[in-house]
Amino acid sequence: MKDLSAINELNIDFMGIRRPAVILSGVILLILLVVMVFRGFNLGLDFTGGTVLEVGYQEPVELSEVRAALESKGFTGATVQHFGSRTEVMIRLAPQEGEEASAQMSEEVFQALSEAVAGRVELRRVEFVGPQVGEELREQGGLAVLFALMGIMVYVALRFEWRFAVGAVVAIIHDVIFTLGIFSLFWISFDLTVLAAILAVIGYSLNDTIVIFDRIRENFRKMRKGSVIEITNTSINQTLSRTIVTSGTTLLVLIALYVFGGEAISGFSLALIIGVVIGTYSTIFVATAAVILLGVSRADLLPVPKEGAESGGTSLP
Amino acid sequence: MNQYPLWKNILIIGVVIVALILALPNLFSQDPSIEITAARGSEVTDASLAEVKAVLENAEVPFKQVEIRDGGKLFVSFASSGDQLRGQEAIERTLSQRYRTALTLAADLPGWVRAVGLNPMSMGLDLRGGIHVVIDVDMEAALDQALERYVGDIRTELRDKRIRYQTLAREGSRILIKFNDTEARDTAERALSREFRDLEFQSLTEGGSAAIAATLPVAQQEQIRTFALQQNITTLRNRVNALGVAEPSIARQGERRIVVQLPGAQDPGRLKEILGATATLEYRLVDTENSVADAIEGRVPVNSRLYRERDGSPILLNRRVIVTGDQITDASAGFDSQTGSPAVFVNLDGQGARRMRDVTTENVGKPMAVVFIENQTTTEMVDGEAVKRTRKVEEVISVATIREPFGRRFQTTGLDGTNEAHNLALLLRSGALAAPIQIVEERTIGPSLGQDNIDQGVRSVLMGLFLVLIFMGLYYKVFGLVADLVLVVNLVMIVAILSLLQATLTLPGIAGIVLTVGMAVDANVLIYERIREEIRNGNSPQASIHAGYDKALSTIVDANVTTLIAAVVLFSFGTGPIKGFAVTLFIGIIASMFTAILGSRAIINLIYGGRRVKKLAI
Repeated sequence: MKDLSAINELNIDFMGIRRPAVILSGVILLILLVVMVFRGFNLGLDFTGGTVLEVGYQEPVELSEVRAALESKGFTGATVQHFGSRTEVMIRLAPQEGEEASAQMSEEVFQALSEAVAGRVELRRVEFVGPQVGEELREQGGLAVLFALMGIMVYVALRFEWRFAVGAVVAIIHDVIFTLGIFSLFWISFDLTVLAAILAVIGYSLNDTIVIFDRIRENFRKMRKGSVIEITNTSINQTLSRTIVTSGTTLLVLIALYVFGGEAISGFSLALIIGVVIGTYSTIFVATAAVILLGVSRADLLPVPKEGAESGGTSLP
Repeated sequence: MNQYPLWKNILIIGVVIVALILALPNLFSQDPSIEITAARGSEVTDASLAEVKAVLENAEVPFKQVEIRDGGKLFVSFASSGDQLRGQEAIERTLSQRYRTALTLAADLPGWVRAVGLNPMSMGLDLRGGIHVVIDVDMEAALDQALERYVGDIRTELRDKRIRYQTLAREGSRILIKFNDTEARDTAERALSREFRDLEFQSLTEGGSAAIAATLPVAQQEQIRTFALQQNITTLRNRVNALGVAEPSIARQGERRIVVQLPGAQDPGRLKEILGATATLEYRLVDTENSVADAIEGRVPVNSRLYRERDGSPILLNRRVIVTGDQITDASAGFDSQTGSPAVFVNLDGQGARRMRDVTTENVGKPMAVVFIENQTTTEMVDGEAVKRTRKVEEVISVATIREPFGRRFQTTGLDGTNEAHNLALLLRSGALAAPIQIVEERTIGPSLGQDNIDQGVRSVLMGLFLVLIFMGLYYKVFGLVADLVLVVNLVMIVAILSLLQATLTLPGIAGIVLTVGMAVDANVLIYERIREEIRNGNSPQASIHAGYDKALSTIVDANVTTLIAAVVLFSFGTGPIKGFAVTLFIGIIASMFTAILGSRAIINLIYGGRRVKKLAI
């Protein structure tokens, strides 16, 4: 296979277009934020509460039949859709008044379906989440993101410098908003696994950011000549082939997951695919640009005297 | 240059061998099985083995294997879950008197693997099918009930001490007692605070009359809550055990939740019936005047009833009940202060205490029995119709001699040991304080969907892995093949650690593994790109390898530590699916650091180390 390393020699002036890039990012984020505020999310069962049933029929079944069967038993307002194939149906019901009633509902619904349609109906999955639980999960999810961000910020501030910590976190927030925005814009179901994916995106995007930050730190210490922008550009270019290869292989795996992993994790893999692409972009144009905008200088990263005896930037904490 | 000392190579090989052995059990297929244990009073022997075989052959249910494993458990494995269900039906129909059956998954392991104690990964409910229920314990109701009991006790106490009061009632979270004058109030406060040390009393003037407000201190409230939760878990555990599911898990979640997980179970309706069943206790005098033998033959005295003890032996008890379970306010295990033998301390409410005192005064020296009563509702199929049946199960759990009259607080001795005392106390509490429960979350996954999930999960992992392996081999040549090798070892290590910890593999867990595959490659990419860079800068092959690994190290560590932070946060905040993801991500990162940094270096050293190399295949 042809070596991508030549790409590292191109010396693309990434930081030269940092202003237009930041403005572009800002505008897109603003639009997505507006979308999120006005459109909201297609929150999954985990967050809203309610009941989901997945049933399998032996023969392909018409959704209207299923709806009629439900309505005849008084279950109105149910979302009925095919799931995977024409023999499989997913029914979603909003949470009912009184939790006990909701807990019993799944059986009644299944009963109604078994009676209405000829042939054997197989109950493949039932999920019932009480409204209270849904609310708690929303809260927990938000907290998890917040604490992950804080933990990461502290670590990066300790290992690098506060401007880098801010840059990394700004990039993460950018990625999270972007991914959330896409889920809102295209009305993709947002459940617990997507939340897990968002947290994984944070991890991945950060991984990417750290690699470039590491190189910038190393070059600040090594290169005697060149402005901050030049050194940053060099650093990005030096790691460019690695960025492409890693994003590429990760995307390969994620696409395999999306295509072959089935419905249950399609939301998860989609969120990660978006996250990886955006995370790669934000590393260069958001995280690094932010560090420069915050006015980092060579002196900020020179090793403190204690570390001076050691070589370069490769010392471990 | 670029040679590892011998110990380092041995260490790496050792770790890999251990990982291979630990991961080995996962290679064997997991069959749907029935676990058969002996009911009380019988035993699983070679005869039972033949018996079960005969039953299955009679019912024409094909099975793969019948064998006795780890002490008194019989396992029958089947090719499909359909056979498994029919097999259970057949065994239940003919042998349910002496054996209990439970559905499970059993790995078809060769004897020597089992002998070493190795197990395959445990599959989450989303992968093997089963029922997951989250139950909310109504803590407010538990506190209200406790206060209501105190209201009764205070009323009795005031009456006993002949203190007159106007009104006595629970008002929200406090008990308010109004008196005619301050003198009565002060007498009452002295008496009450001596008798009820758990409560806080406060004198005040309410609506123009002298009054006392009694409240539960925060510590006491906390204790009642913990109690309610613990006791409900005990009750639920007892009930779930009766349900016939292998490896049920009942665990506390947070402040007021209980999670019940039943792998392989298929009938959420039956589970809810069992969970909702009510249980109670009764204290009765033992009928010592009439003969048990006569009663067994059908001549039961008019005033008595025949009961069975836990071991099945018959006992005659008086028809009149002394106190029932709802009159027990508390029970705890401890030791008799005089003899030091294990004892259970029971607290009764006012009414129960009075009755107990009357009865025990008259019957010193006679035995008294504790009867455990449970109403179980079961749904049975009769002529194709579901019929609900309520079954009353009554068991004598303890018999003890009355040594002296007692009332509100007493102890029961004559127990087998501290363990039994502890269990009895829990059982007594189970019957006594029943904080209402509510099912707030339920997930049932059918076995076919579980199988689909496994198939799809495994297929997507293999597919992703395959693509990455090919790419790396083509792009980094020899070095790429080394990366491929360590990537596979990485996967083996994840499986090994999951098997060792018996951590549960869920669908998001598989996703976590997939993500690790992607990220594990990154460490190798970082190193190889560095090596290429060093070569371009004109360094010698050996120096390039050395510098490549060296310089990439801090980047790899920084990048992985930050992802570890995310995994830890996910683990501590997440529930269920998120936790499953976090576990595999965490294990995956640790394994990938080991394989990508140490493992790949060791192999590269073996290939290139310590000799003259003109060109690297990278």
